[in-house]
Amino acid sequence: MNHSAVAATTSHFRDRKRYAWLVSLLIPVILGSGAFLLMVTGDMRAVWLPVIFIYVGVPLLDMVLGEDQTNPPESAVPQLEADTYYRYITYAAVPVLWISFIASVWFLSTHDLPWHAQLALVLSCGLTGGLGINLGHELGHKNTALERWLAKIILAPTAYGHFFIEHNRGHHRDVATPIDPASSRMGETIYTFVFREMPGALRRAWHIETERLGRCNQPVWSLRNEILQPALITLTLWAVLLVWLGWVALPYILIVSFWANFQLTLANYIEHYGLLRQEKSPGRYELCQPHHSWNSNHVFSNWALFHLQRHSDHHAHPTRRYQSLRHFEKAPQLPNGYLGMYIVCMLPPLWFWMMDKRLIQNVDGDANRIHFQPGKRNTLIRKYGLCTGEGATA
Amino acid sequence: MNLVLQCPECGYQYDEAKGDKNEGVAPGTPWKSLPEDYACPSCSVRTRDDFEPVADTETPPAN
Repeated sequence: MNHSAVAATTSHFRDRKRYAWLVSLLIPVILGSGAFLLMVTGDMRAVWLPVIFIYVGVPLLDMVLGEDQTNPPESAVPQLEADTYYRYITYAAVPVLWISFIASVWFLSTHDLPWHAQLALVLSCGLTGGLGINLGHELGHKNTALERWLAKIILAPTAYGHFFIEHNRGHHRDVATPIDPASSRMGETIYTFVFREMPGALRRAWHIETERLGRCNQPVWSLRNEILQPALITLTLWAVLLVWLGWVALPYILIVSFWANFQLTLANYIEHYGLLRQEKSPGRYELCQPHHSWNSNHVFSNWALFHLQRHSDHHAHPTRRYQSLRHFEKAPQLPNGYLGMYIVCMLPPLWFWMMDKRLIQNVDGDANRIHFQPGKRNTLIRKYGLCTGEGATA
Repeated sequence: MNLVLQCPECGYQYDEAKGDKNEGVAPGTPWKSLPEDYACPSCSVRTRDDFEPVADTETPPAN
């Protein structure tokens, strides 16, 4: 009887999060509601409600709703991966995010607003763009032509199409090593990291794509260049917006795009902070393990971000779909969801206070397993009394 | 002898007879002749020596 019960559990697995993933469609609608609230209420303060919801409401919801550490049974994963319902949610999010971006730029460009209302709308729209990069991340890892094209399309509005190459073929190869511009180091602030991450990502993407095109005997400046493909979509969209709305739209497009892309920088900063893969031989590193990524099982932000926060499993199995990603018992855990930690990392002393002790605990106090900011290694080893191993010096 | 190899992580398969056009690897290119750090074009997690043979045939490489 017990055996039957177990078999029934596996064969009739019901995904409790199945409909919760629709939250990922709701969040951009909430973010885009600022202008609507302003028109309905006539109160300029109303445009701040979506921003407050994201930066205060979501971390609070994460605290209240808590964490979910359950995993689908492995036997149910093939069925879960094949279920097209989950894909349709990601497909549906593409037009939602595009419309939200265009509508926000239109509203900003055509309404005379005080600076604080403009700021709120730019932040909201940038956050929506950040959701677009998150969606592009999920889609870009898949092997179907449709999903890979949708990834390029959704990365285009904020001019971050190179992420499609950079992340899959650069970051996933080099993650948690000193050569990765998208892995942050212990003692490095977000404001230092952004100047390493943004240009470093573009350089690495271009280098990888140039190499591939070289092997294919194709010119770099061709339509086969998978960085130029989304860049052309960007240029077309921006040109249409400028012809339609005039030059007044340009600063909004640029600032919104920067804020959207900075959301990715924030994610990169917190996902691997201080964690280090061991170098087996010069230039060759151990495989990326669950203990090389920071995770969060907080349910609400996971629904909003397609399980991005189950990051260890994502790096171990990048092609696994969001609905199948698993919690690992020994994987490093963050005290709140990514959106809550975004706020924390923008306040470096608070970030170091919250995270350095967690990092040290996760590496058992072993300095050789920590990815230090150059120049801060000795100071941090002394400050925390870290173990440097036999023969090593602090 | 023609090898077909598979990425143990994501299941991407490399058929030596076919090569990989998108990666600029010509048909008939032996897997072992690719650089040691050649990463799986699909997942980038595994490199050349991690790949496992799934077929070993006498079929000559296609021209």
